[in-house]
Amino acid sequence: MTLPATTEDQIAAAVASAVAAREPVHVQGNGTKAGLLRPVQAARTISTAGLSGITLYAPKELIISARAGTPMPEIEATLTEAGQYMIAEPPDLSALLGATGKPQTLGGVVATNLSGPRRVARGAIRDHVMGIRAINGRAELIRSGGRVLKNVTGLDLCKLFTGSYGTLGVITEITLKVLPAAEATGTLVLPGLDAAAGIAAMSAALGSPFDVSAAAWLPAEAVAAMPALDGVSGSAALIRIEEFADSVTYRIGRLRDQFAVPGAVTLGTEASRSVWRDIRDVRPLAPHAQDAVWRVSVRPSAGAKVIDALRPLGAAGFLDWGGGLVWLAGPADAATHLRVEAAARAVGGTWTLLRAPDTLRATVRVIPDEPPALARITREVKAAMDPAGIFNPGRLYADL
Amino acid sequence: MIRQPDPKPDVMRRRDSIVAGLRKLLPESGVIAEPLRLKPYETDGLTAYRQVPLAVALPETTEQVAAILRFCHQNGVRIVPRGAGTSLSGGALPLEDGIVLGMMRMKKILDIDFADRCATVQAGVTNIGITNAVSANNFFYAPDPSSQLACMIGGNVGMNSGGPHCLKYGVTANNLLGLKIVTIEGEIIDIGGAHLDSAGYDWLGLLTGSEGQLAVVTEVTVRILHGPEGARAMLAAFKSNEIAGAAVDAIISSGVIPVALEFMDRPAIHACEEFAHAGYPLDAEAMLIIEVEGSVTEQDILLEKLSDICRRFDPISIRVSQSPEESLAIWKGRKAAFGAVGRISPDYLCMDGTIPTSRLPEVLRRTQEMAAAVNLQVANIFHAGDGNLHPLIMYDANDPASLHKAEVLGADLLKLCVEVGGCLTGEHGVGVEKRDLMHVQFEPHELEQQRRIKSAFDPEWLLNPSKVFPLAEPAVAAAVLPQAA
Repeated sequence: MTLPATTEDQIAAAVASAVAAREPVHVQGNGTKAGLLRPVQAARTISTAGLSGITLYAPKELIISARAGTPMPEIEATLTEAGQYMIAEPPDLSALLGATGKPQTLGGVVATNLSGPRRVARGAIRDHVMGIRAINGRAELIRSGGRVLKNVTGLDLCKLFTGSYGTLGVITEITLKVLPAAEATGTLVLPGLDAAAGIAAMSAALGSPFDVSAAAWLPAEAVAAMPALDGVSGSAALIRIEEFADSVTYRIGRLRDQFAVPGAVTLGTEASRSVWRDIRDVRPLAPHAQDAVWRVSVRPSAGAKVIDALRPLGAAGFLDWGGGLVWLAGPADAATHLRVEAAARAVGGTWTLLRAPDTLRATVRVIPDEPPALARITREVKAAMDPAGIFNPGRLYADL
Repeated sequence: MIRQPDPKPDVMRRRDSIVAGLRKLLPESGVIAEPLRLKPYETDGLTAYRQVPLAVALPETTEQVAAILRFCHQNGVRIVPRGAGTSLSGGALPLEDGIVLGMMRMKKILDIDFADRCATVQAGVTNIGITNAVSANNFFYAPDPSSQLACMIGGNVGMNSGGPHCLKYGVTANNLLGLKIVTIEGEIIDIGGAHLDSAGYDWLGLLTGSEGQLAVVTEVTVRILHGPEGARAMLAAFKSNEIAGAAVDAIISSGVIPVALEFMDRPAIHACEEFAHAGYPLDAEAMLIIEVEGSVTEQDILLEKLSDICRRFDPISIRVSQSPEESLAIWKGRKAAFGAVGRISPDYLCMDGTIPTSRLPEVLRRTQEMAAAVNLQVANIFHAGDGNLHPLIMYDANDPASLHKAEVLGADLLKLCVEVGGCLTGEHGVGVEKRDLMHVQFEPHELEQQRRIKSAFDPEWLLNPSKVFPLAEPAVAAAVLPQAA
């Protein structure tokens, strides 16, 4: 049963009804990310797709508010028109997860806290959620934060809701910090570097005074598949600067001199946008249509180790966030998954099984288990928000 | 005195055995119970309120913190965590029946990793101490609260501290990677690490700014950044607050986000100039300090763009620094602001509301009207780019009526911030100071939701219990800020 809702009050009523019936609820927007983490079994669905529209946009205050069901393309178009952008550069995962014919919603982006290449320099979605409205498991409207850029009044429930995959409540409206888009973008392509050498270069770039806004490493097959990288052969590290045009030229030049890699190429604004959109949307893994996909977050210097550990199992991968985000595609079986877990654990990192058949998703740890003391707090906080335990049961953990 | 929870009679009766129990857990010098030596812990940066604690415990390791919390949990003893005691909202105000858990002995830098751009330190390391530990390699830790020479990173996490450079670099929450925490049951838990964005609930985000009410932070892993090639400041003086506010709007709309964008009004300019002799224009009603970063050429280009914008607003003067020394001089007055105001009036309350920047001129005008109506002086020195106001309300601590007037004005100014779409506190925290104003911003059921989350971590409310939330609902309706003793 899907309950259509176009207002916050209707969402609250739908929650109250589910609580009264003691029936679990699948919380979603347009459902473009239903394939992430564990599958949800629920008698009811509450969709925020009908709760749409930008409610406030104050470019001079670097603030935009929109209802949870607002399609991301609408928000991005509005920001672009005013010369601004979403700071965390959230991905559109339809190349990975399959197109549903519907665009992803702002609520979905916030509920999953998925950030793109700019995250390494400018923060994640969770860093830019300034205010949130959500219906909790008591069918009450809960507000946290607001519409200002600095706010430490009370517990930061914006952070708690962001990335909670709809398990704590139904997010109905979000206020985000936005920034002016840079005048120009440039990318320094350093070819011929393997993953370890690529990470060394990316660490030097991210640890330079030049305010690098993204750094990724692509294997040869991914480089070959990107039209904007035509003429580059082999694997390559890519370093992005977003600034005023003169600064882009100056900074790329300084980095190029510093690294002195033979065959280095500089991409201009248009080519850069195309390449980084592909990296953001995980297009390098699109050809691996039958594989499972993992997103492993580690300290940047450990990224190459994770790829190396999985290569013998036939997994392919590329690196974002200066080496700290490892994207992997490999056989969709439990044995490979356990090797991903082990590789992430060995370097103190974390993982998310992003795409896999339902049977695999339902039987493995799609994200790491928490230590017992923290798992207890997780259960208590979940109960504090959703006492009847109706929101997206099993989405994050089998027993939650 | 602000209302405190009633001391638990059984805890007060057991004071000696509680102190003896703590002494078993710590080295000789780690427990303070003598009245004379407890005195320095009776207050923090909000000196209007004082309370001598039951005892002070000074752990040196996470394991000792765990032992103390376990002991307090078993014995029903309340705990007030404290770093350097610089809180401006009374976040570390002790309780009569509670111990102060002082983190100042945990001051080891545990790990610095330039390749992965992170550092792990104990909670008692000062904010500037992190930057000092990495500055030889031209790295720094970005959030820079005014108290950064003294305040400790554990306290910064507790309050989610900001500072002038947060406009570009973000507040504490945006610069953390990991925490080691101890729960009230004495369990040690690692949150995050050296990587970004752990899966599961964002405990790092929830704990940051939780004012010591959820757990005790013993270690912090922060992001460190390489400094820019250079930085330079400029100063622009205007004929009114409205005009300066419009200039702020124009700067933000231009696509240039300066590293810092600070606003001072006439009383602040005069106080700072008299104190620091920074060469501030005394004929101005408002002044902006703007800082940019980059190579010298990049700085020139940005400062020229900013000067062009300021020239559109009929400035009294524009002064673009030509050297690092001149930039320091421009910042000197701003950095000395609290001391400068302290010279005019030894006692002041520093408020911390945030407003939408479009409401700046109106709020500054109403602030002066409201202050004049009760015959108090207010100086405004604040982070204009993000709308975080810091009205300094001057009063005379020897006159209880004056303090009361200042408190009422402070509360009214914060209500004004909420009324125009802002919030009660941008970076100082709620503490005890704004606790009884929480109902202005939140509905009762919203506060109840936050309380239930605190209870999830600390069911018996032993961790810093008298802060953030009104003590009890019935008191909420009656109280503005309780009158000081």
